[in-house]
Amino acid sequence: MILLAAISFLILASAAVAITRRNLIHAALWLVVSWFGVALFFLWAGAQFIGFVQVLVYVGAVSMIMLFAMLLTRQGRVPVEMLTLKAEKRIASGVLLVSAVFGVIAGCILGTDFPVTEASAASSVTLVRIGESLMNDHAVALLAMGALLTVALIGAVYIASSGEEDAS
Amino acid sequence: MSPTGIWDSIDRAPLIVRDVLVSFLPDAWQGLANDILIAATVTVVFATIFALLTILERKGLARIQNRPGPNRVGIPFTKIRLGGFGQPLADAVKMILKEDIVPTSADKVLHFIAPVILIVSTLLSLAVIPLGRHLLPLELEAAVLYFFAAGAISELAVFTAGWGSHNKYSLVGAMRALAQMLSYELPLVLAIIPVIMLTGTLSTSAIVDAQGSWSLGGFLPAWHVFTPWGFAAFAIFVVASFAEANRSPFDLPEAESEIIAGHLTEYSGFKYALFFMAEYFGMCALAGLGVTLFLGGWHAPFSALEFLPSWFWFFAKLFMMLGLFIWVRGTLPRLRMDQLTRFAWKLMVPLALCNLVNAAFWHLSAGWDSPGGLALRWVLSIAIIATPFLLLSRSLFAGLGPRTYKYAP
Repeated sequence: MILLAAISFLILASAAVAITRRNLIHAALWLVVSWFGVALFFLWAGAQFIGFVQVLVYVGAVSMIMLFAMLLTRQGRVPVEMLTLKAEKRIASGVLLVSAVFGVIAGCILGTDFPVTEASAASSVTLVRIGESLMNDHAVALLAMGALLTVALIGAVYIASSGEEDAS
Repeated sequence: MSPTGIWDSIDRAPLIVRDVLVSFLPDAWQGLANDILIAATVTVVFATIFALLTILERKGLARIQNRPGPNRVGIPFTKIRLGGFGQPLADAVKMILKEDIVPTSADKVLHFIAPVILIVSTLLSLAVIPLGRHLLPLELEAAVLYFFAAGAISELAVFTAGWGSHNKYSLVGAMRALAQMLSYELPLVLAIIPVIMLTGTLSTSAIVDAQGSWSLGGFLPAWHVFTPWGFAAFAIFVVASFAEANRSPFDLPEAESEIIAGHLTEYSGFKYALFFMAEYFGMCALAGLGVTLFLGGWHAPFSALEFLPSWFWFFAKLFMMLGLFIWVRGTLPRLRMDQLTRFAWKLMVPLALCNLVNAAFWHLSAGWDSPGGLALRWVLSIAIIATPFLLLSRSLFAGLGPRTYKYAP
């Protein structure tokens, strides 16, 4: 339980620090610490596969995309005074957005029926079973996600390349 | 004790020593002591290999360039030279005593933490390489995934080093390194997937076990490299691991002649030594993974030689792989940045994808046991990978060669 508390503190504290950093790179690096904490949480919960995937995808890949995007696209610092919205408005919209996202996720979790029986809690989920359920039961979802990501990738390349043409 | 018993106990020797050492401790501490001892042993063994590699590499490169290489340093205060093999010790003393310079404008914390993250992540990835029949530091069901997850952290460390140094050369070097590592991680992983597909597991020990048989009366081991898909995957894996380890011919991130030393520019003293060490640890980890996945791990090449300790075979193969790394470094010139990325995306990735199809074919044709069926299986499998390779390389190199030299004969 102490371990769980420490991991939760790591996740939340680093995320909070990330929000308050003025330096974008520092903020991104703190966010990476938070993601790493999520991976630790998965490992704590016994979900090895998800834990390693979390490190591989978030700490390894998404962080790189974020940092690349910052370094390659940011033309200069945006001073805080330049932001048109007032502080109260920003806070209000932030709270609204976060509670909306939280509501959707919480609704999903509460609406899903998790069959917790003695047997399912005792038997650990093996990698083979994860693979089989991904490739058989959820194959369509997996393919749809792949297609979605490919479309996003092509879109990103298009946006990046058309921006360059304008500049030249 | 019977002869096999003696060999078996030599095979187990590290474990026996560990058990004896641990047995002196009270019961409550034994589990922890076990783990610490294993981690310390792996670190010390690979640190020794690192020291040995630096001198072997310098001597090897020197021989390739027709010069003697370091051959002076021996045992201090004596006339014994040891053929220069005292050099790593002298280098270590120099690295530790050197002044540690941190640029005033650098981000102090990030500048300090980058080499630490890098060395930790490379050491972590060494944990899942089976060093012998009984010597696997960390038994995991998702070992291969763990290996790449640990490796992914090192990319972050390279960025942190480049950005934290607050130096344009450092940042350019770090961005080059990242672009390269990301581009080549794809063919690297795609080259490994066939192995996972055909063995049906992500566990390194199970993958080694799957290669533990011989055909043709104990002369042809069932290593993955001796199948068409395995050979192609191994070739792609080796080339991609050169790039992942920032080794020549893909050592652009550190190109001394253009950007000084890339993300290492602002590092000196022991921090530089840590980067250097991490590079060699990463090289050992990738070579070890290559041995594990394709070259049969700790299995002997001939069944008659199986009595030798399994860790001997693993380290023999590891040093063969590392020798290949050094040989290639002495032979090939450095690529240009655009050549590097084009090579990855236009040749390596498509070939690795074709090899996936090849592995699927190999899996589906497993039942073709008759001599004719076996021959057809091999011919088809070779054709599946060789045809795209020939077509792709022909079309990519069309109009590029042969190069004519105006001034050189």
